[in-house]
Amino acid sequence: MANKLETIDVNLHYGDFHALKGISLAIPDHSVTALIGPSGCGKSTYLRLFNRMNDLIPNTKITGQVLMDGEDIYKIKSSKIDHLRRTVGMVFQKPNPFPKSIFENVAYGLRVNGISDNSFIENQVEKTLRQAVLWEEVKDKLKKSAFELSGGQQQRLCIARALAIEPTVILMDEPASALDPISTGKIEDLIFELKNQYTIIIVTHNMQQAGRVSDYTGFFYLGNLIEFDKTKKIFTSPSKRETENYITGRFG
Amino acid sequence: MEFPESNEKRKKLGQAIMFGLSRGISYGIVALLFLILFFIVKQGIGVISWEFLTAMPTDGMTKGGIWPAIVGTVYLVLGSMLFAFPVGVMAGIYVNEYAVAGPVKRFVKMMTNNLAGVPSIIFGLFGMALFVNQMGFGASILAGSLTLGLLALPIVIRTTEEALKSVDDTFRQASYALGGSKLYTIRKVVLPIALPNILTGLILAVGRVSGETAPILFTVAAYFLPKLPSSIMDQAMALPYHLYVISTSGTQIEASRPMAYGTALVLVVIVLIVNIAAALLRNYFGKKVKMN
Ligand SMILES: Nc1ncnc2c1ncn2[C@@H]1O[C@H](COP(=O)(O)OP(=O)(O)OP(=O)(O)O)[C@@H](O)[C@H]1O
Ligand SMILES: [Mg+2]
Repeated sequence: MANKLETIDVNLHYGDFHALKGISLAIPDHSVTALIGPSGCGKSTYLRLFNRMNDLIPNTKITGQVLMDGEDIYKIKSSKIDHLRRTVGMVFQKPNPFPKSIFENVAYGLRVNGISDNSFIENQVEKTLRQAVLWEEVKDKLKKSAFELSGGQQQRLCIARALAIEPTVILMDEPASALDPISTGKIEDLIFELKNQYTIIIVTHNMQQAGRVSDYTGFFYLGNLIEFDKTKKIFTSPSKRETENYITGRFG
Repeated sequence: MEFPESNEKRKKLGQAIMFGLSRGISYGIVALLFLILFFIVKQGIGVISWEFLTAMPTDGMTKGGIWPAIVGTVYLVLGSMLFAFPVGVMAGIYVNEYAVAGPVKRFVKMMTNNLAGVPSIIFGLFGMALFVNQMGFGASILAGSLTLGLLALPIVIRTTEEALKSVDDTFRQASYALGGSKLYTIRKVVLPIALPNILTGLILAVGRVSGETAPILFTVAAYFLPKLPSSIMDQAMALPYHLYVISTSGTQIEASRPMAYGTALVLVVIVLIVNIAAALLRNYFGKKVKMN
């Protein structure tokens, strides 16, 4: 399997603070990769490398290479960054639908990017809501405010919103940590479905979740990538002591 | 482990005193507010009549109504907000969304805060120098509105800034992640979420502006006008100034005392109505963008 994403010796500084320390990691196409590690170890920071969200944080310095389909995304023209962000969808920890209707939330990405053909938009909205397994629940109230949905539904709406512009990579930063177990289960099922078409990276604090949904797991600690391997391997016979301590809860 | 009973009692007593005190104070403040309102209503209600609200003052302002002062105040509040609200909101957007952290931004914020602390009479003098004389508007609704607008500006800027700051950054990131530009993101996502809180600034500003006397003293207010203003270049009467005039100057202060209380009552009611209207507006938008 080809590598969809790869970082080569990436260092990131927030001002004086060294947040990512020489991370080299290759992520295969059509896979789910879980990033685990204690709070503050750099998981979210690493995730944001791939859609250049860290660029928005002042005083951030990045060295090394970040490759997508073999191309260094930090060498592209600045006019291509919007294009990059379109190919990389992002889902956040807290459901954050826009203050718009359910329909317009999903259509947002299409409209931003200049698509105005209404029948195309309608089709795309239905298609992605089905993909996010939300269509049956919302098809009769598409015009209603997205805030009227439950937290779990809102999160699936946010996933649909990300899918609508047909990205190839989806970044999820603790997408289920604010949800109840049933909603969490639905999100996990969804991730499982989506990996046929997308390359997914998911940050999670939930070891069972990492075990359930991911093919690969990376363990971060204090800005270092301690270990990266098949999830099965990480959870059955990790090769580093720190990893074992962390996943068994004997940590710190 | 055994915990001494006396400690529990002390804790309970301490709590009771603290809660009692703060509850007493807050009830006291509410009571004081009602007392003021009651006083004004009691003193003023006697003169309120259809004629009082809709007629011109007569007999050296001891009789007749206060219609021109009501009209003047409404014009001035509207005029100042027409200026201060868009300008203030745009400035707030600049400070919170565009200005990069650093000395320039700090300076702008500091100046805004200082501006909020400047005594209103200074605004009046400045307004007279700039709008009345320098720009040649003369004493007029235009000059008065701009002066009051300047006074309201820091309030609008600060509340806009705070409202924008309280919008969770992930909303912006989610929009950028979909390819949205900064401007598009602010227009379509950030502003709608912040709107209810921005309207709070409008409420505060209207409350402040409608009661001010000093800034309009040299820029627009007329002691007495026989007819209503017909353009923004005309002078106008205004409730707070009218109140000031009939209760401090003239030869018949005692005779116009009831008129003064009536004027005060009308001023309070207008401010109240504007505040309630703005609060309803805010709730309406607030419901539309309810967070959970
Ligand atoms: N904008 C920023 N400016 C300065 N330092 C930051 C910034 N964002 C993160 N950091 C620091 O970088 C380190 C890594 O942060 P990051 O958010 O990537 O951690 P994380 O692994 O995602 O943690 P969590 O599990 O709590 O979400 C932390 O020590 C954090 O304090
Ligand atoms: Mg994080």
